[in-house]
Amino acid sequence: MTGVLSAELLKLRKRPATWLIVGIWLALNFTFAYLFPYLSYRTGSPTGPDGAAPPAQLLAEVLPANLVPNLLGGYPMFGGALVLILGALMTGSEYGFGTMKTLLTQGPRRIEVLGGILGALAVVVLVLGVANFTLSAGASSVIAATESAPGTFPPAAELARGLASGWLILGMWGLLGALAGIAFRGTALAVGLGLVWALVIENLIRGTAALLDVFDTVQRVLPGVNAGSLVAALGAGRGAPGVAAVVGGTHAVVVLAGYLAGFILVAGLLLARRDVT
Amino acid sequence: MNTTTAPRPVSGDASYSDDCHSRVLLESRGLSKQYRGITAVDGVDLTVRRGEVYGFLGPNGAGKTTTLRMLLGLIRPTSGTAAVLGHPPGDPRGLARIGAMVETPAFYPYLSGRDNLRVLARYARVPAHRVASALGTVELTSRAGDKFATYSLGMKQRLGVAAALLAEPELLILDEPTNGLDPAGMADMRALIRKLGTGQRSVLLSSHLLGEVQQICDRVGVISRGRLIAEGTVDELRGGTSLLLSAQPLDEAARLAAELLGPQRVQRHDGRLRCEAGPDDAARLNRALVLAGVAVSELHPVERSLEDVFLEMTEEDRR
Repeated sequence: MTGVLSAELLKLRKRPATWLIVGIWLALNFTFAYLFPYLSYRTGSPTGPDGAAPPAQLLAEVLPANLVPNLLGGYPMFGGALVLILGALMTGSEYGFGTMKTLLTQGPRRIEVLGGILGALAVVVLVLGVANFTLSAGASSVIAATESAPGTFPPAAELARGLASGWLILGMWGLLGALAGIAFRGTALAVGLGLVWALVIENLIRGTAALLDVFDTVQRVLPGVNAGSLVAALGAGRGAPGVAAVVGGTHAVVVLAGYLAGFILVAGLLLARRDVT
Repeated sequence: MNTTTAPRPVSGDASYSDDCHSRVLLESRGLSKQYRGITAVDGVDLTVRRGEVYGFLGPNGAGKTTTLRMLLGLIRPTSGTAAVLGHPPGDPRGLARIGAMVETPAFYPYLSGRDNLRVLARYARVPAHRVASALGTVELTSRAGDKFATYSLGMKQRLGVAAALLAEPELLILDEPTNGLDPAGMADMRALIRKLGTGQRSVLLSSHLLGEVQQICDRVGVISRGRLIAEGTVDELRGGTSLLLSAQPLDEAARLAAELLGPQRVQRHDGRLRCEAGPDDAARLNRALVLAGVAVSELHPVERSLEDVFLEMTEEDRR
C-alpha cells in the first residue's frame, strides 16, 4: 500500500494539471476572500460579491481573527468543484491513458490500488488546505499590519476544526470525482456530470426547496448543502456561494462522513468487480 | 454454457503435461469468455513451459488479447480455469513474477520514460535501481528523461517491454509487441524477445504475424474464432518436410519409393511424387531409382510454411 501511495504521489507531483488546479484554487481564494474585500474597504467602492458591506465589516472579515470562516466560505462550491476535477482526473485518466491495466498487472490487489489513489487524494487535499490556510494567514497578517488592526489569530482548536472541516468537504468532493472517474471509466463525463451536479443541480434543488416540501427534505441530504451548512456552522456566511445554514454542523459532518464512506465503498465495488478491457 | 474444444492433437506433445508438470508455468483449461451471448474465447487450453518462447498465433479478433487479459486477471472468465505460476490469474503472488504488455503500451504521457518506470517499480515493489537496468536492456537510456508523449511508436513498445522486465519476471506476456513497428524496429524487437526467452524465463507472445512466430517461437498455439485449434512446435505444426520427385517412368518410381519409404508416405501430386521423407532420405531414394533404371529429373525437399498450415487450419472458419 505504501508503494502504491508513493507512486500515486509521484504521479500527482509531476502532473501539470495538479499544479494548475492548486494554483487556480489558491488564487481564487486569495482574490475573493482577501483581495476584493480589502480593495472594497480601501477604495470605498464595491469590488467583488461582498463589496457592498459596511467598511468596518469588510476589514473585520479579512483580519486574522476571522481566518477560519473567511477562508472556508470558498470551500463548498468553488473549492469543491476544483477538487472534484482533480479526483476525476486521478481515476478517469487511468482509463483514458489505458494505464489501469498496466497498474493492475504490477502485483497489488485492486483494492490496494484504489487505496493508494484515494490516499494520495487525501494527502493532496490536506496539503492544499494547509497551503490555503498559510497563504490566507499571511494575507490577513499583512492587512492587519498595514491597517494597524489586531493581528491575533483564532485559538489552535478553532484552526484545527477549520482545517479538518475543509479537509472533509474537499475530500468528499474529490472522492465524488474519483468515483465518477471509475464509474464512467474516463474523465470527460466524470468532470462534466460532476460539475453539473455540484454547480447546477444542487442549486436548482436548493432554489425550489422553499416552494416544495419534498425538495426541502431532499436538500438536507445533498453533499453541497451539507458542505455549505458545515462552513456556515463555523461562521462563514455573507456572500459566499453555496453557504447557508440549512442543517446543523453535526448533521452536516455526519452526512459528509457518510458520503465519504459511501463513495469509497461504491468505488471499491466497481473497481473490484468490473473487467478491465 | 460453452462448448470446450480440445486442441488438435500434435505428435509428441500429448504426454508432456504429465511428464514435465513441474516445468509448466502457465496452464489454462477450458478458458472461455462470453460478452452478452457473443463468445470471444471458447474453451482455450494453453500450456506454457519454463524457458520457452510460446507463440499465441491468430488473426485479429481471434481472441488472443481477451485470453491474455483473463490470464492476467484483468477479465473474469465466464468458465474454465487457469493457473499462472501456480496461482489463480490476478493473484499478487503470481503477478509479482510476471511481466506483461497487453495491447498498446500504456503509460502517462506527462511523465518521462524513467518516471513512468519509477511509478511502476513502486507499484511492483521492486528496487528503484531496476529502472535503469530495464531501460538499458531495451536501449532506451539516452531518451529516458524525455516525456513519454514525445516517444516514437518503437520507443513506446520498448518502454512497454522495459516495464514488463522491471520485476525480473519468470514469465513475460507480450501482446503483439511488434505492432506498428517499421521493419528495422520489428527485427530489433524480435531479437530482443528471443534474447529474453532464454534460460529460465518464458515468453508468451501473441501475434498475428506468422513469419514472426515462425522465427521466434519454440512452440505455437493457434487460435481462431476463440478456439485453440492446434498447439505444438513449429515443425510439428508444419508436419515435417517432404521430397518432391519427378521421374520416368512414374509408376516404377512410385513402386520403388513405396517399397523404400512405405506406401502411406508416397503420394502422386501434379504428375510428380510427394514423399514424406527428410533430406537425409533423398540420396538413398535417388540411388535406388537410378540403379533400377528410372530417370530422375527432379528431387528436392519442400517445406510447408506455417502460413500454409495456418490457412489450412482456419480454412473452415474463414468460409
